[in-house]
Amino acid sequence: MSRLPVRKTYKLFIGGDFPRSESGRTYEAQGQNVARASRKDVRDAVRAARSAFGKWRGMTAYNRGQVLYRIAEMMESRTEDLAELSSGRKEVEAAVDRWVWYAGWADKYAQVLGTSNPVAAPYFNFTIPEPTGVVGIVAPDEPALDGLVARLAPVVVGGNTAVVLASESAPLAAIQLAEALATSDVPGGVVNILTGFKAELAPWLAGHMDVNAIDVGGADGEIPELERLAADNVKRVVRGRADRQSPYEIAAFLELKTVWHPVGV
Amino acid sequence: MAKAPALPSGFELPLEPRLPRIGSIDQVAVEERAASLARRSIKREAKVFALDLAVRMMDLTTLEGQDTPGKIAALTSKAIRPDPSDASVPSVAAVCVYPNLVPAAVERVRGSSVKVASVATAFPSGQSPTSVKVAEVREVVDMGADEVDMVIDRGAFLSGRYAKVYDEIVQIKEACGDAHLKVILEVGELGTYDNVRRASLLAMAAGADFIKTSTGKLPQAATLPVTLVMLEAIRDVHEETGRKVGMKPAGGIRQSKQAVQYLVQLHETLGTEWLTPDLYRLGASTLLNDVLMQIRKEKTGRYQSPDYFTID
Amino acid sequence: MTDLERRQDRAPVPSSWDYAPAPESRDIVTLEERYGLFIGGELAEPKSGEYFPTLSPSTEEVLAEVGQAGPEDVDLAVRAARDAYENGWSTISPAERAKYLFRIARILQERSREFAVLESLNGGKPIKESRDVDLPLAAAHFFYYAGWADKLEYAFPNRRPRPVGVAGQIIPWNFPLLMLAWKIAPALAAGNTVILKPAETTPLTALLFADVLRQAELPPGVVNIITGDGRAGAELVKHPDVDKIAFTGSTEVGKAIQRELAGTGKRLTLELGGKAANIIFDDAALDQAVEGIVNGIYFNQGHVCCAGSRLLVQESIYEPVIEKLKRRLTTLRVGDPLDKNTDVGAINSKQQLEKIEELVKSGEEEGAEIYQPPCRLPEKGYWFVPTVFTNVAQSYRIAQEEIFGPVLSVLTFRTPDEAVEKANNTPYGLSAGVWTEKGSRILSMASRLEAGVVWANTYNRFDPTSPFGGYKESGFGREGGLHGLEPYVDVEESEVRG
Repeated sequence: MSRLPVRKTYKLFIGGDFPRSESGRTYEAQGQNVARASRKDVRDAVRAARSAFGKWRGMTAYNRGQVLYRIAEMMESRTEDLAELSSGRKEVEAAVDRWVWYAGWADKYAQVLGTSNPVAAPYFNFTIPEPTGVVGIVAPDEPALDGLVARLAPVVVGGNTAVVLASESAPLAAIQLAEALATSDVPGGVVNILTGFKAELAPWLAGHMDVNAIDVGGADGEIPELERLAADNVKRVVRGRADRQSPYEIAAFLELKTVWHPVGV
Repeated sequence: MAKAPALPSGFELPLEPRLPRIGSIDQVAVEERAASLARRSIKREAKVFALDLAVRMMDLTTLEGQDTPGKIAALTSKAIRPDPSDASVPSVAAVCVYPNLVPAAVERVRGSSVKVASVATAFPSGQSPTSVKVAEVREVVDMGADEVDMVIDRGAFLSGRYAKVYDEIVQIKEACGDAHLKVILEVGELGTYDNVRRASLLAMAAGADFIKTSTGKLPQAATLPVTLVMLEAIRDVHEETGRKVGMKPAGGIRQSKQAVQYLVQLHETLGTEWLTPDLYRLGASTLLNDVLMQIRKEKTGRYQSPDYFTID
Repeated sequence: MTDLERRQDRAPVPSSWDYAPAPESRDIVTLEERYGLFIGGELAEPKSGEYFPTLSPSTEEVLAEVGQAGPEDVDLAVRAARDAYENGWSTISPAERAKYLFRIARILQERSREFAVLESLNGGKPIKESRDVDLPLAAAHFFYYAGWADKLEYAFPNRRPRPVGVAGQIIPWNFPLLMLAWKIAPALAAGNTVILKPAETTPLTALLFADVLRQAELPPGVVNIITGDGRAGAELVKHPDVDKIAFTGSTEVGKAIQRELAGTGKRLTLELGGKAANIIFDDAALDQAVEGIVNGIYFNQGHVCCAGSRLLVQESIYEPVIEKLKRRLTTLRVGDPLDKNTDVGAINSKQQLEKIEELVKSGEEEGAEIYQPPCRLPEKGYWFVPTVFTNVAQSYRIAQEEIFGPVLSVLTFRTPDEAVEKANNTPYGLSAGVWTEKGSRILSMASRLEAGVVWANTYNRFDPTSPFGGYKESGFGREGGLHGLEPYVDVEESEVRG
């Protein structure tokens, strides 16, 4: 007689914990009941992301790079599980390689994107990139895993914290990823993942006054509305694409700070 | 009275959180401020006022090894009547000479408003024993000098022996008696505006009636920013103590345009109260004729030639 | 003769020294009675048939009438820009593009006095600022971006930068020509064509700039200048054939533009308001810090988005700073913008004056203590005395809202943490100032302040090589420097893998 498997309850990932939706709602996706997050879960996730921001941006770039590399390690060891929940092994490997690629950028993008500026007066003047803050990400539906990673990795490598709305049709890989994140060295709250209905949740994220930027690339028809809401606090709006990988993807979520100081004795 | 606890050096009682603290000077900012004040456009009657004031404030100077009583006679008559053809041009404030020439100068200025200032204290280097300096000052005062222009001991200052510098000024001041004491910082040797401010405060604390930029014996003499730093120190002392200390930029001021720039800076830093020869002097040897030419240009509307102005 | 007697035979020295007026001559500027819109290389009457007067805010004299661009005019301008883009400008060699920009820079230098006088006349800013700041910087901006035109591939390694297309640019009235330069120079360098809308109250230097373009023989349609009020700007924003909008102005209008463009996929950069903190630590070089405070808030009548309008003073140094500041204010010379000795000129418009007056009144009502130096203001024109508010609480409107006038709000702090917290406690994030002699503190503060520009031991410095732009509600995108090219180039490419 074969053994009856023990099933996993797929929950949200907020502040390093795995709560159910405060609404108590679920929906069925990929043959499983998945938490259906509410606007209050969005609120809680943004709060967690905001409180994690100071520590995450304050870590050394070298350290952030190591944390990202650790994510790749933890995913690699879960390749089988992730492959089952995504389009397969190839997608998982692509996602793992993406983390490794971005991990290496952690202590380099400032050198590529920053400048020292030869002003025509006795001042030392330099421009450095800094994280913008809390970033909302509406992840693409497909590919469910690598698409999410393609949008998330450039956000967090730059020192931002994120609230991600996972693929609505295939959310399980995102939660599996969350388990890898929770067992890596990513501080709680740096990445928060919500499952549920994007049309319901994305406007709350786009209109949230404590979210600094939003990637609406994975939203469906509601992009104009999300962009309108984003204007309430002049959010940086990015229409991310899952097939993009470059330091400019990091730059899209960075502010540039220019510092002047006189040169004298 | 409670006995003060022992404090690490640098903490001077009373520990009031007030100026003047030594503080520091930002080079770029002070130079920008000085440059911006120098861009004031002073025209017509405002310019005539400034030129007239510049004459009244001038310390007409000769500090040469070849100075003789004859040279001093010429200098003093120029000082008393800078422009013999124009009686409205006032006398300068003082003549500034070496100690040996004091008697000749005193003789010549008698009966006029022009004062006699003498450099002293092993001018220009100041590298002699304090006792020698004090003796020199006593002599020049005895010979009739109204004002003494001393130099600080830069060697002591730059090696951090501020007390030595201070004590020496105190002794010189005492030796001056009623004569006014101008303390020359020789800013060209101090290296930084921070040091200029520090030396200014030190000199004022020790009793200087005037602080003065330079001996005129170095290529780096008075500049607008260095003078501004000193004016700001004077302002701080006045704010805190009510005491008014005078200022004398010296060296390198050759053109009337510069003189006007110095006066604008004075006016906008210390206000009209300081617009008097009692509190401001311009130390110069060749400035006077340029100012006279400008005055006559303003009066006649014509550009002037040096041929029409006596050299001394 | 005694000392006293000697002193008495001297003529008394007058006790005050009034600087004689030193006005810069207006003769260098020749004004038309009426200006049309600059479209396709020609100044043409607006199809709208509407004109409006433009004033000198220091005298309320009408200087000229300028056209109000209507929807049809905006459409013509966009067509002209599109045509110039498709038929030449985007394809001529970058080195040739560069040479046009170099020409423009040179002509601006040659005609700088004329532009400076007109800028002060139409905008009310002191001639010494238009002469020494606006004009040199405007010319330098063209010179800087000219050099980039044929070097874009070095600015964006691994990319093939391409122009975005037709750019609509809307600029404010505080630095009319300089903002024009900030907008037009990078756009043209990258191969775009533009439609520029100057501010309603300050159109004249932009219209004179059209003459510079004529002298430079810039192909028609590459730059189009349409004047008018907000309606013209709104039309430009809405126009479907504009690829990119760049706006400098209020946060309120910026948000409206962002909403208007939602879903269109048009590129947008915003340079909006600010409420910058200028932070003075007790070890600062005080006299220079006071100059920095003055330059931070009274420069250009405080009509500066990055103005240091909130002064945060460490409590241990509060008294001397305020004393020095008040004393310094008494030497500020307010008056005729064309007088070379004027430090603070006229408020740009009646509307702006009323806004300042309203906010200052609210400050007094909320309980702040007001200080204004004695000051004689001209009878005609729009004027406001340089003002300092002390005893200001963080919650007062004057500590929260952008006044955009010569009004400083003073707050205190005790520790660096408190200074950072107060400085960042605003939706804005354009700029900040830090004054301390301690190097490590400068770097720590600079990193913790949420601001696109941090001036340490200086304030309100600008340079074409130095990126400028805000965090948070102060906008996004940068102007100046290498980063200022980015809004005008398309660098997107499909996936590049390691």
